[in-house]
Amino acid sequence: MSILIGADTTFIVQGITGREAVNLTRECLDYGLGAKVVGGVTPGRLGRDVHGVPVSDTVAQAVAHHGAPIDGSVVTVPPAHTLDAVFEAIENGIRLVVIVTERIPRGDVAAMVELAEARGARIIGPNCLGIIVPGVVKMGGIGGPARNARQAYSRGPVGVISRSGGMTTEMSSTLTAAGLGQSTAVSIGGDAIIGSTYAELMPLFEADGETQAIVIYTEPGGRMEAQLAAYGPRLPVIAFMAGRFMDEMPGMSFGHAGTIVEGKEDTATEKIARMQAAGITIAERIEDIPGLVRERIG
Amino acid sequence: MRFFEYESRTIVQAACIPVSAHGFATTAAEARQVAERLGAACVVKSQVLSGGRMKAGGVRFADTPAEAEAHAEAILALEIGGRLPRGVLVDSRVDVRQEYYAGVTWDGARKLPVLIFSDMGGIDIEQVAESHPEHVGRAHFSTLRPFSDFEAKQVIASVGVSGRALTRLTPIVGRLARLFRERDMVLAEINPLAELADGTFLAIDAHMDMENEARPRQAALLRELGVGGEETRQAREATPFEIAGEQVDAQDHRGVAGNVTEFDGDLGLVIGAGGGSLTLFDAVRAHGGRPANYCEIGGNPSVAKTCGLAKLVLSKPGVDKLAVMMSIVSNTRVDIVARGVIKACLELGLDPAEKITIFRIPGAWEEEGFKILERYGVPYADRSVSLNEAARRAVQAA
Repeated sequence: MSILIGADTTFIVQGITGREAVNLTRECLDYGLGAKVVGGVTPGRLGRDVHGVPVSDTVAQAVAHHGAPIDGSVVTVPPAHTLDAVFEAIENGIRLVVIVTERIPRGDVAAMVELAEARGARIIGPNCLGIIVPGVVKMGGIGGPARNARQAYSRGPVGVISRSGGMTTEMSSTLTAAGLGQSTAVSIGGDAIIGSTYAELMPLFEADGETQAIVIYTEPGGRMEAQLAAYGPRLPVIAFMAGRFMDEMPGMSFGHAGTIVEGKEDTATEKIARMQAAGITIAERIEDIPGLVRERIG
Repeated sequence: MRFFEYESRTIVQAACIPVSAHGFATTAAEARQVAERLGAACVVKSQVLSGGRMKAGGVRFADTPAEAEAHAEAILALEIGGRLPRGVLVDSRVDVRQEYYAGVTWDGARKLPVLIFSDMGGIDIEQVAESHPEHVGRAHFSTLRPFSDFEAKQVIASVGVSGRALTRLTPIVGRLARLFRERDMVLAEINPLAELADGTFLAIDAHMDMENEARPRQAALLRELGVGGEETRQAREATPFEIAGEQVDAQDHRGVAGNVTEFDGDLGLVIGAGGGSLTLFDAVRAHGGRPANYCEIGGNPSVAKTCGLAKLVLSKPGVDKLAVMMSIVSNTRVDIVARGVIKACLELGLDPAEKITIFRIPGAWEEEGFKILERYGVPYADRSVSLNEAARRAVQAA
């Protein structure tokens, strides 16, 4: 099994005619069993197609064209238009929104999350690469072109959650090389406010029969790791913490928008202590992760 | 991005929140003029972005314009957090009956803004929250509907404030909450918010921190305040090296080759992407390496941009070697980064094989990239070499 998406998940790409979105669409169609990309939206481009995917002006048109509710959307529109695009997706019945766009002010993100909660929708991202179920389907640019994704990701018992898109692939590739596949890997985004945190995805992994352990990539900044520790995950969790040098540099932002030490609770040191107290194993180096996973799942 | 206090006051004032009479001065003579205009005893305050200015001697009280001038002279020459102040703020001294605290920030876990109010103002709010939690009121508010004044009233009343103070504070705190949203702040704080002997309220100090991502849509405000596009306004101001890095990144819109932070080591780094850079920087230091810089490449930058970044790093005084490392790339092309860093060496008359200690970027277009690196004799590694091992080799070769 997997979480969030599967072979039958239908989705659209908002902003589909943009350069990166065209590539992303190709990658998703090519990977695994081939994603069901049932439409794309770019205002003013009704009637075009991108790699055979029909383009609409509005999400409502895409839904009408598909003739049934659509499960998800990958949003790739510029930051100034993202709030509107996400509202449009949610108000047209879409229940899983993956936001790729970076540099969205957090006031906008908070409003998207608030509407999603009111409508029973889920947001992944922003500033993320999406979701991949190895060998089956990917939703977003995660892993890149199908041949690159096939090289890094393989099917197996490890769930991966990461604040960094690139490190999702780096960690999964390390697991794959050690013979440990992934059930689902989720790039959750590097912003201060994101649609789905570690703790919010844990129940999904815990309900998934295939997943036996979780590997997470973490950074200084925010309360997401403390939230995970407080949640008390039932699956074994192995965490890697990057950006330890930032503890010496409060108030400076590195890496991702959400990565800034503003208080004691934000520091790498404090987060590591909290996670360890909650029974989470800390990997000092990426290459140590497969061994630690094996130790924990026996 | 942080604002100086004198800018924060302008922002607060523009939101119709009264502030104490004050003026900004960049010379001691100007400070004297402001003091003369204020016509009474005043406070001279250093304008720096870092905290702790009171402790550092950056806030001094004056009874006469001559005294204000002397204090300004001293404060303008006083480094706080390693930086000289932007100027001084000369503030009038008012007759305060009671000090309050009002602030708005984001709660990342709840994903909502949170309004914080206390009737114990003038001191650090986190300290008050620890020692007198019953004196700190908090409430989250929606981003989907406009802020309503009752929300401010509830928080103020929750710490036991009633009577005329409550009715006068409510609209002020409401304006602060709206300002927070309208100006895309990550922190909007008035501390102290003072009740004067005559029962009126004034902001005596304000602290505003705006979201970097909102700079484009707050361009009008930044223009008004005279904040330059090159000012990063982090905990410390950008160095010339970091500003040059911003210029490299701004030369075209393809991908990122920037986010440069200066360090004082000898090992030049061209690293990426966001998470990879953090991981690699830690690893270099763990192996005893002394980085000359932090930076990020990603999102498939052009050859020109990558070349520009590598040249900037290689030209930094004291930099001897360059390490080029990224986590596995799927969007950024290995061959483009390889061409960029080799071009940088050649344009500076350096031998890439000698200058680049290691090139570890596996992923998209790696065969093409590795071919180019081989041609120039640059040592490279594929994904079988971990980020940590690549960093070790970089430090060893340096």
